[in-house]
Amino acid sequence: MAVEVRLPTLLREHAGGAASVRADGGTIGEVFGALIDEYPGLAGQLVDDGGSLHRFVNVYRNDDDIRYLDRLDTPVTERDVVSILPAVAGG
Amino acid sequence: MSFATPTLRLTEEQLRRIVAHCYDGLPDEACGLLGGPVTASGEPTGVITDVYPCANSDASAVTYTVDSRDLIKAMRHSEDAGGALVGVWHSHTHTDPYPSETDVRQAVEPGWLYALVSLRDGAPMLRSYRIRDGEVDETAVVLDR
Repeated sequence: MAVEVRLPTLLREHAGGAASVRADGGTIGEVFGALIDEYPGLAGQLVDDGGSLHRFVNVYRNDDDIRYLDRLDTPVTERDVVSILPAVAGG
Repeated sequence: MSFATPTLRLTEEQLRRIVAHCYDGLPDEACGLLGGPVTASGEPTGVITDVYPCANSDASAVTYTVDSRDLIKAMRHSEDAGGALVGVWHSHTHTDPYPSETDVRQAVEPGWLYALVSLRDGAPMLRSYRIRDGEVDETAVVLDR
């Protein structure tokens, strides 16, 4: 089941320049796994070495931050849109 | 000196909201997003139509992270209005209104305007910058009525 994933400008270079890609999976983690299989350059950008969501990206199922859902275990269907936004941060 | 483009154009009312949010955030840094029109190629024109005060999810006096839920709400609102997010502002509570090393390292939107508000002195001071490939260039700021 393919889910639409919208990529921020910063990550598009790792996905052939696409603003939006589709990947299979029933959870955000599975979708990210399929994405990384297809675009290995995305490895390390989405998930950290410990297998958790990278702290500098925000991931949303529709408009809900998955950190407030079930993180990478958050279920998705083909009707959902997953959006990735870089954290806006500084010091 | 010459300024980078575009010029940041705020209304006096928008500046008041930005500064008030910075004082409200003390002793922590405060932050927020800027929405406005973009050119056909997606570059900000510098005109600000919406100011979005956001929570600093770091709750820190030395760093900020725009709350992720505030970020998506502001992005949707600006896009629904036909524009986009075009910048971010945050306060420096005790230092100059100039991007810190952390600000430069974590700047991820080369098209954005990065506004800094220093609360170090009695009068708040706002400055605006582009941050591209680790280079910081100041832009002019114009206040409209």
